[in-house]
Amino acid sequence: MDQEILTNLYVFMLAAFIGFEVIRRVSPLLHTPLMSLTNALDAIAIVGAILLAGEGRSALATALGTIAIVAAMTNVVGGFVITDRMLKMFKSSGPQKQGHP
Amino acid sequence: MIRTEHVIELTYLVASALFILSLKWLSSPVTARRGVRAGEIGMALAIVGTLLHGGIIDYKWIAIALVLGTAIGAPLGFVHMTAVPQRTALSHAFGALCVTLVGTAEYYLQAPGVPRFTMGVLALEVILGSLTFTGSLMAAGKLQEVLPQRPITYKGQNLVNLGLLAVAVGIAAILVGNPALSWLFPLIVILGLIFGVLLIIPIGGADMPTVISLLNSYAGLSAAAMGFVLNSKLLIIAGALDGASGLILSINMSKAMNRSFTNVLFGAFGQERVKAAGGAEVRSAKSASAEEAAAILSAASRVVIVPGYGMAVAQAQHKVRELFDALTRRGAEVSFAIHPVAGRMPGHMNVLLAEADIPYDRLIEMDEINGDFPQTDVALVIGANDVTNPAARNDPSSPIYGMPILDVDRARTVMVIKRGMSPGFAGIDNPLYYLDQTLMLFGDAKAFTGALVRELAGGEG
Repeated sequence: MDQEILTNLYVFMLAAFIGFEVIRRVSPLLHTPLMSLTNALDAIAIVGAILLAGEGRSALATALGTIAIVAAMTNVVGGFVITDRMLKMFKSSGPQKQGHP
Repeated sequence: MIRTEHVIELTYLVASALFILSLKWLSSPVTARRGVRAGEIGMALAIVGTLLHGGIIDYKWIAIALVLGTAIGAPLGFVHMTAVPQRTALSHAFGALCVTLVGTAEYYLQAPGVPRFTMGVLALEVILGSLTFTGSLMAAGKLQEVLPQRPITYKGQNLVNLGLLAVAVGIAAILVGNPALSWLFPLIVILGLIFGVLLIIPIGGADMPTVISLLNSYAGLSAAAMGFVLNSKLLIIAGALDGASGLILSINMSKAMNRSFTNVLFGAFGQERVKAAGGAEVRSAKSASAEEAAAILSAASRVVIVPGYGMAVAQAQHKVRELFDALTRRGAEVSFAIHPVAGRMPGHMNVLLAEADIPYDRLIEMDEINGDFPQTDVALVIGANDVTNPAARNDPSSPIYGMPILDVDRARTVMVIKRGMSPGFAGIDNPLYYLDQTLMLFGDAKAFTGALVRELAGGEG
């Protein structure tokens, strides 16, 4: 098998394990923000779309890439904004300060 | 000398690390907002890094698309908290659309000489992407109630769905064998789109938490597949994280309903339940007025409130907060019992109650609070039904038998705010309503909670 494919498979496997370990620790309290945050991160597909739209390799690629950027950017902006809005609402009743300084 | 490619690769590396940190910091409400910042910085780095790419010859379309996406995305970031489930479904659709379009463009750029591995992954990417696109749109439509929430089923439905998927996979296999058959490619996209619609048609509103998590996972996996096609480790990592997250959430949701994935996707739960209902009218339930209920509540020292989808529909969370304040002022200890599948998406209730300024340390998970019900004076159920149904514990003939529930029936007094005695969305009778210690409070969740608050305030003066 191609060396590149093999490296990518390793990266995928390790990232999946890290994902499971990290996300297992997310409190069920925050499952809705978790979903909107992963959604925003998933919009990283915009990286591929930008190259398609900008490299001008074919008219079809430019057109599809442009629409793809719009779709992904929607998630980037909307996803981060709503996640932060949600997290801002979570307040503790205790006297200790919530949020980071 | 540092070359541009190296700078780009470095921004991707830092972005990947920030994405992982972002999810790590989400583990606690105290650090969660730092997590969002990390994600934002990572995303900004990745986008700027990509824009530095030497291959880009024209920035016009990129600029237009970035502005347009921001213009559409910003209002989607400011929707009401009650609309978060449909907004989330819609954003799954956007993510999947992006991946499908990029996959399609990549195929036509590389055809006819597409390497076998790339072809297989491309096919996987567009099948997952297209089915997630239409599936998520359908889910959003159902949640927004543009489409009927009731499951739509017909004979041989599963056979049709699986057959369709098999044809799509078959065509993909042919393409792997001969990538030059480019007329076949649009077919797998179209089949994926149709499959997405058919997959969601038989799924009812109560199953939405599982389905929305599963679609989240698919969106992530399709992005990871795209990473393999473009040889982008950043995409593989982000996609794998999202895929893992969606998978964990869907497993949690299925466990909380005591059902398997296949059962959720192919079981059409709502239908079975309607058949199981009926024959309940003979028993009688006790009802109480707001005044009577307030009298009992004012004497209670430990109150557990159980919110459900009905609270969200009635937008009653702010009235519930007033009730929480009124009871707390009277010296009662008030907590909220949160069932994992209460509402329409994982964590739905927590967000609504947090919006109403209820401190998150009063929101208690099912496993932690169940032991407290025997020492609870009043369990007040607001717009929840199935998650409190004791039949899940003791009636093997019930369609929800085995599903973990909140043991509200063990509290000294149970109060249920409900519009009427109809079995409600799920179509299944709830024996809780006929217990000796149960009082039915008939009315709209928001109006009745408001009336309770007024009665409690009147008693104070």
